[in-house]
Amino acid sequence: MKAFLRDRKVRDIFWQVMATIALVAVVVFFVKNASDNMVKAGIASGFNFLWRDSGIEVPFNITGYKPSDTIWALLWTGIVNTLLVSAASVVLATVVGFTVGLMRLSHNWLLSTLAAVYIEFVRNIPLLFFVLFWYFGVLAALPTPKESFDFLGVIFLNRRGLSIPTPNDASGFHVALLASLVLIGVQIGLARWAKARQARTGQDFPVWSAGFVLCGALPLAFFVWAGVLTSWDLPVLRGFNYRGGFVLVPEFVALFMALSTYTAGFIAEVVRGGIQSVRQGQIDAARALGLTPGRVVRLVVNPQAMPVIIPPITSQYLNLIKNSSFGAAIAYPEIVAVFMGSALVATGQAIEIIAITLGIYLTIGLAVSVFMNWYNARHRLVTR
Amino acid sequence: MIVLHARAELDAIKARGHIECGVHLGLPGFSFANDKGEWTGLDVDYCKSLAAAVLGDSTKVKFTPTSVQQRWAVLQSGQVDLLSRNTTITFSRNATLGVNFQGINFYEGQTFVVRTKAKVAAVKDLADATICVAAGSTEEKMAADWFRERNLKVTIINFQKNDDAISAYDQGRCDAYTAGVGALAGQRIKFKDPAEHQILTEIISNDPQGPVTRWGDERWQLVVRWVLNAQIAAEALGVTSKNVDEMKAKSTNAEVRRLLGVDGKFGAMMGLSDDWAFNLIKQVGNYGESYERTVGMGSPLKLQRGANALWTKGGLLFTPPFQ
Repeated sequence: MKAFLRDRKVRDIFWQVMATIALVAVVVFFVKNASDNMVKAGIASGFNFLWRDSGIEVPFNITGYKPSDTIWALLWTGIVNTLLVSAASVVLATVVGFTVGLMRLSHNWLLSTLAAVYIEFVRNIPLLFFVLFWYFGVLAALPTPKESFDFLGVIFLNRRGLSIPTPNDASGFHVALLASLVLIGVQIGLARWAKARQARTGQDFPVWSAGFVLCGALPLAFFVWAGVLTSWDLPVLRGFNYRGGFVLVPEFVALFMALSTYTAGFIAEVVRGGIQSVRQGQIDAARALGLTPGRVVRLVVNPQAMPVIIPPITSQYLNLIKNSSFGAAIAYPEIVAVFMGSALVATGQAIEIIAITLGIYLTIGLAVSVFMNWYNARHRLVTR
Repeated sequence: MIVLHARAELDAIKARGHIECGVHLGLPGFSFANDKGEWTGLDVDYCKSLAAAVLGDSTKVKFTPTSVQQRWAVLQSGQVDLLSRNTTITFSRNATLGVNFQGINFYEGQTFVVRTKAKVAAVKDLADATICVAAGSTEEKMAADWFRERNLKVTIINFQKNDDAISAYDQGRCDAYTAGVGALAGQRIKFKDPAEHQILTEIISNDPQGPVTRWGDERWQLVVRWVLNAQIAAEALGVTSKNVDEMKAKSTNAEVRRLLGVDGKFGAMMGLSDDWAFNLIKQVGNYGESYERTVGMGSPLKLQRGANALWTKGGLLFTPPFQ
C-alpha cells in the first residue's frame, strides 16, 4: 500500500482528480448561487427566451430575418454578420499586410519609409477611434440619396449605402458557380499531372496560361451568360431612399475597412519578421544554383518563412474576429450589437446571453485555430 | 449561500449617509451634468427630494450615470438604490427583470425628429425612410411594430448609445431619429443646427416613466412611492418652496397639516422623521416647480404641461390622499 502511494504516476493522477473535482465544485457553487439569487430577486432565467418573438429590426442581413422571427433567428443573423465582416476583413488584411510587409523590406527608400509610417501609425492608435474615424469619415464623404453617385444607372452610392441590383432568378448563377468549381478541379488535376511529368521527363507545361483560361476567362463567361439570361431587381429612388436590389450598408464598409487596415499593420510586421528569419546564406546559395528570383522566393524563402509567419498570423486573425465586436459602436448588426445589445435589454437575461455569446466567440476562435494549425502542419518544411 | 441585500435598504442608506441614484447618461431637462459636475433635471430633482425626505438634506445624493443597456444590471446588483432615468414602465420589464415601478413622474410619448426640408407632416410620410434609434429602448420595438402593422417599410439602424444615434442622424445617415417628446426637446439642442430640424407633433405611443426599485424591500419601496406622491400632492394642495414655512405654521387644511408633519406623525410610520415632506418641498419644491424649472417654461425645453398637468387641470398626474 505504501509503495502504491509512493508511485509517482498514482500521485500525479490523484492530484489531477482532486483539482478537477475542486474546479467543478467551484463552478457548480457559483452557478447555483447565481440562479438561487436570481429566483429570489424575481429575475427570469433559463433559455426559453430564445423562442420569443424578437421584434427587433436588423437593417443588414443575408439570412432573410424578419422582426417577427424568434430571438434565436436574431442570434443567427448576428453570427452570420460577424462571420461575414470577419471573413471579408481577413482576406483584405492578409493582402494588404503581405504587401506592406514586403514594401517594408524593399531597398527603395520611399516604399520602405511609407510602409514603416503606415505600420507605426496603425499600431499606435486605439481601434475604437479607428472604427469611428472610418464610419464618420465614410458618411461625411458620401452624398445624400437624391445626389447619389450613379454607375450606369443601375448601381447607386450614397449615405444609406451601396445599392446594387440582384437577380430575380439565381439558378443560372448556381449553374455557373458549379461549372467554375469543376474547372478549378480540372486545373488542380492538370497542375499535378504537369508537375509529375516535369519530374519524370523535365518538360515544362504552361500551367499558368491554362489556369488563366480555366479559372479566369471561362467562369467569367459563364457568369456573364447567367446575368444576361435572368431579369434584375434594380434599385429605384422612391421617397427617401433607393428601394430594391441589395444594399451594402456604410456600417459594413466602415467596419470592414477599419478592421482590415488595422490588422494589416500587425500582419505586415509578422511577415517582415518571418522573411528576415530566413538566413541570407540560403538565398545566396539558391542564386548560386542559378534559380530565377521568383523561384528563389517560391522554393527557398517561402517554405522557410511560412512556418514562422503562420502561428502569429493566426493570433492576428483571432484578434480580428474578436475586434469585429467594435461594430456595435457604429450600429453594424453583428452578434454583440443585436444579441448582447438589443436582445439583452429586451429580455434582461444578461447571464444567459453573455454565456451564449462567449460560447460562440470561443467556438469560432477554436475552429480558426484548428484550421490554421492543420494548414501549418501540412505546409511545414519536410526535413530529411 | 450568499444572500443579496440582506440588510434593510432604508437602514443601509441612513448609515451610509447618501442615496445612490441611477440616472441617464446625459439628457437635458431630465438628468444632465454641467461642466462643474452638478446634476440638474426632472429625474434628478426626484432623487434630491428623496434625499431631503430620508436624510434631511437634498444634496446627499450620489448620481450614477447609466446607459440603456447597463441600467437593469446596475439596479439588480444593488449598485444603486433606485433608477430615476426616463425609463418606460412595461409589462415584461416588471414581470421578468425583478424590478418594480413606483409611480409615474413623466408621461412621455414617442415621436420623430426630421429635417425640415424633408417635408414630413405625419409619421406615415416616413415610409421608405431610414430611422436611427437607441438599441434596447422601447422606442426601437415600438417604431418597428408601428410601421409593420401598417405595412410600411422602413430601415431601422440601432445604435448602442443615444448620442451615437443622434450624431449619425445629424450626419445624414438617417432621415429621422426617434425618441420621446420630452427627450427629443432636450436632445435637439445637441444638433449642429437645431433650426434645420422639426419634431413631429404626432405621438405613436404612451410611455409612462417613473422611479424604479428592486423587488424585495417593501419599506424602501413605500418611501420611494410616497415621496413622489408628496411632490404631486404638494402641488395639488398649493404648497410651494416659498410658502411652506407659512403653511406649516398657519394652514388649517387637514391634509396639508398631515403632509407637513404637524398632525398624524406620518413620517414615523415610514421610518422617517415627521418633517420629511416639509424638507423636500422646502429644499427642492413641489412637482410643478420642479417641472417648470427643468423641462417647462423656465427651461430651454419649453414643454407644455400637457398630460403631465394635475388631474384637476386636465392632465393625468394623480396622487392618492394623505390620510
